[in-house]
Formats: sequence, C-alpha cells, structure tokens
Amino acid sequence: MSRIVVQEDRCKGCLLCTTVCPVGIIVQSDRFNVSGYKVAEVCEADADKCTGCASCAQICPDVAITVYKTPKKKKGE
Amino acid sequence: MTQSAEKIVFRKPESVIDRATHYCPGCHHGVAHRLVGEVLDELGLAENAILIASIGCSVFLYNYLNVDSVEAPHGRAPAVATGVKRARPDKFVFTYQGDGDLASIGMAEIIHAANRGEKVCVVFVNNTVYGMTGGQMAPTTLLGQVTTTSPAGRCMTHEGAPIKMTEIIASLGGTAFAARAALNNVKNIKTAKKYIKKAFEFQLSNTGFGFVELLSACPTNWKMTPVKANERIETEMIPYFPLGVFKDVSDEGGVC
Repeated sequence: MSRIVVQEDRCKGCLLCTTVCPVGIIVQSDRFNVSGYKVAEVCEADADKCTGCASCAQICPDVAITVYKTPKKKKGE
Repeated sequence: MTQSAEKIVFRKPESVIDRATHYCPGCHHGVAHRLVGEVLDELGLAENAILIASIGCSVFLYNYLNVDSVEAPHGRAPAVATGVKRARPDKFVFTYQGDGDLASIGMAEIIHAANRGEKVCVVFVNNTVYGMTGGQMAPTTLLGQVTTTSPAGRCMTHEGAPIKMTEIIASLGGTAFAARAALNNVKNIKTAKKYIKKAFEFQLSNTGFGFVELLSACPTNWKMTPVKANERIETEMIPYFPLGVFKDVSDEGGVC
C-alpha cells in the first residue's frame, strides 16, 4: 500500500496536487493550518487507492508532500 | 519475503532547506527550487557550489537552498557569476534569475556572459510579470496581457513583442546549452529537471554557458487561482514560448 503525508504547516492550499492525482483522491479539507490555508488531504476512505506515483509531490510548489510506497506482497501472504 | 518494507519514494531534497517559503500559493518558484536542489544533490555539488541570487521574488533564495551564495544587484547576477567563476574556477557557479531581473535590467549582462562563454549556469524563471513589485509589465509579458503598467493589455505597437530569451541565448557563440521547459505538469517538470541537469553538466565538463528557461505561473499577479494559472501556461505561454532544446553543443562538437 502506498500513502502520502502532507506536511500541513507547509501546505498553502493551492490545490495543484488535486489536479494531477491519477486516482483523484486528494481533496481540500475543512481544516485551516497556522497560516490560514485550507490544507490538502486524502480521505481515509480513499487512502488505499493511492498508487504512490508521486505526481502530487512533483507538482507541489512547497515540497509539502512525502510519498511512501510499499512493494506489492506476493499472493497469499 | 513475508513483509515488504515501506520505502520513501519522494521527499524534500537535502539541498533544499526545511523551511516555509514566502511565496504565494501556487507559485512555481518552489518547484524550481526543488529541481535545482535535486540536481545539486544528484551531482553531489552542494558542498562545492556558489549560488548567485538575484533580485525579484527569488531574492531570498539563499534562505532556501543550502549552498554558499552571493546576492547580486538587480540584473547583475551573470556579471557577479563571471567574477566568482574566474576567481574560483574550481567551484560550481550558477545564477537563479527571474524575467524582470534577467530580461530587462540584466539584458546586457546575460547576453555578454553567454557570448563570452562563461562557464556558469543560469536558471531563468519566466512568469511574464514583475512579481515582487506588484505585477508590472516585464519584457516577457505576452501581447494583450493586462498588468499594472499595461492596464489595456500589452500592445505590439507601444511595447513591442515579448522577448524570447532562450532563442536569443541559443544564437550566441559561447552558449553550450540553451533550453526551455515549463513547470505546469508532471511531465514538463521532469523534462525541466533533465534540462537543468544537462546545463549543470556542461559546466562540470568546462564546455560553456548553460541556460535553462522555466515557464512558471504567478497566480497572484495574473489574478487567477493557482489551478487556472497553471492552465494559462499550457494555453497561452507554451504556444508563444515553444518548449525544447535550442542549443546543445554536444550535438555539434563543442564551442572551442
């Protein structure tokens, strides 16, 4: 399973990440960070859809996204 | 293998300091900084590099890149870079300039530095506007674009056509590499990184002047949302400023 971690105090809510996600799971949250921006997030319900492609991290102007990827396990494990 | 370990596939490069930037939301300077940082890391240059920072929104670049730096007066970064490189030819020297800095007040410096074939690299961020000072018309402002000093839109008969810097630099004798990329989507960002790396390698091989133009968005001064500004690069900027490599002396057999 792959996942992204958004460093919320760096996110400026520009939402460029939402435009490049191939599975469209990044959305704007209702939370404000200390700078007053509504941060981007992945809903828990969609978390397992992340492919770990790192497109969001590539386009993030504030380098606020770290991408983790777990290599696929073999069947039956 | 029963359990595969989780791997980090993307993180902030080491050369980029872990600090919030002063840029507006959606500003592409952050992407350009990261690309430069990644290339510095990949080539192992961070310890040996001297950055010549310029004037404009990128004026605080020395706060964001973990390299030694000199702050140059407005437009004079290529002249300062010339001095630094000639005094310390063992160092890797690069400048990072915007279009207000490089293409207007710094036009003489950039042209002559390129023409002399100084062994330095220039990262040129073109967002078609003076960002820091409040959105005035720049030499690269597109025809019809409304800015605070061209409220009716840039007019060909009054202000002339937007300057295509990469084409000009590519036509000069000392240039080893000149290319233009955009930062509006993942594919273009990856290409941009490739170009920056290539320009940096030309300095490492002591070949000549390296120049990379990056088409960037300025949502604040374009008065657009970051997402709309990103689309403007594709629909308005790229048709006028074509992407690609305009000069690469490795294809031609060197400058001297």
